Amino acid sequence: MLAKRIIPCLDVRDGKVTKGIKFLDNVDVGDPVAMARYYYDEGADEIVFYDITASNERRGIMLDVVRAVAREIFIPFSVGGGLRTLEDMRAVLLAGAEKVSIDSGATRNPDLIAEGARAFGSQCVVLSMQVKKTEVRPQIPSGYEVIVDGGRTPTGRDALQWSLEGERLGAGELCINSIDRDGTKLGYDLDITRRISEAVSIPVIASGGAGEPEHLREAFTTGLADAAIVASIVHYGEHPIAALKSFLKSSGVEIRDAIAIDLGVRQ
Amino acid sequence: MIAIVDYKAGNLTSVKRALEFLGHQCEITDRADRIGSADRVILPGVGAAGATMENLNALGLSDVLRRDIVATGKPFLGICIGIQVTLSRSEENDATCLGIISGRVARYPRSLDGRPLKVPQIGWNRVRQARAHPLFAGVPDNTHFYFVNSYYPIPDDPSVTIGTSEYGVSFVAAIARDNVIATQFHLEKSGAAGLKLLDNFCRLNF
Repeated sequence: MLAKRIIPCLDVRDGKVTKGIKFLDNVDVGDPVAMARYYYDEGADEIVFYDITASNERRGIMLDVVRAVAREIFIPFSVGGGLRTLEDMRAVLLAGAEKVSIDSGATRNPDLIAEGARAFGSQCVVLSMQVKKTEVRPQIPSGYEVIVDGGRTPTGRDALQWSLEGERLGAGELCINSIDRDGTKLGYDLDITRRISEAVSIPVIASGGAGEPEHLREAFTTGLADAAIVASIVHYGEHPIAALKSFLKSSGVEIRDAIAIDLGVRQ
Repeated sequence: MIAIVDYKAGNLTSVKRALEFLGHQCEITDRADRIGSADRVILPGVGAAGATMENLNALGLSDVLRRDIVATGKPFLGICIGIQVTLSRSEENDATCLGIISGRVARYPRSLDGRPLKVPQIGWNRVRQARAHPLFAGVPDNTHFYFVNSYYPIPDDPSVTIGTSEYGVSFVAAIARDNVIATQFHLEKSGAAGLKLLDNFCRLNF
């Protein structure tokens, strides 16, 4: 049986992590490579980097980060934020990322999903979407609308329909980030996560709102999520990944045990 | 020197980086002479069986691999699509594969007990060590490894199976016969356990 994945998310601006990890004494808290290494050693199943660099001129810095991470981290990691073209995706994958996460670039140009899947394989393409609860109306039958630009711009796309469209175009996974729950620590939006997970036949990643270990259990059971993004719940040291995993395991959720193995090489 | 076979698809650099991290010399190459002179050969990657075989055939590498591996007894490791093309045939694109070990490749069922099964399988799954093999040295039974696959191998001779896993069906996750070893999971993306298996392969002697 496949293990449910726990995926720490690191926001990176101009090559530096913008928030989190105030509890680490020995790690440069701004260094994305050191932080990725920390979570890798902690037992993260995957890592997401979200590039929030504002200027295009500085985007090359992210590729340097990806290259450095790829030399030290031997679990999958994905990069999202600002990817708008096939060439953007190619650059990130060639630098060593396992997957790319596309968001507003795909809502503006849905063909980007199909082009990415054709060029690199569906398994490389994660369609990520920011969703916001809204009133049910003909254009938004699920009551959840896809929003872009950091939660400011509604797209008029229905989250459930966009998920099905993304799957049809070739996305390998869907990441559903609830704008309403993001940063609230009230738990994931289980309703939309479950409805999308039941509707598609590709993995669904829950995102936004994790504040307690119980929230992950709910996402994996009630929400039918295959993976969950964690940010502040792990960044501030309250709930280390190992503790989350042992809680989930004791709750009967299939979880990967990260095992310590001496490889006899420099660490 | 370890040759990583370049068939113009998939991300081959992740295997190279893992080998370099472990301190093993390697080279990504599509040259028959380099593959011929290498101490070990790795066929990694992601992609479709049909496209992989087309590329290997177009580069003239299918015969090189069949000949070089069978005749010389050189340690060979297929990873992911590498295990699939090591067998004879794949349901994917109805492809004729290398046939180094006889067997076929089938797609996961679309549903299980009336519920749809998510395909591809993407994520960490347990590998049961079907029999003791030096590839697994130092790694506990039932350790998780990282899988990304829609198809799974079915070798004709069950005795080549060294690892199994479960995803809708019980499936073969690793095979070995003499110098030929192949895994469905990604050793280069499976954390310390994957690196350990990769390191074990690099130290195997036949």
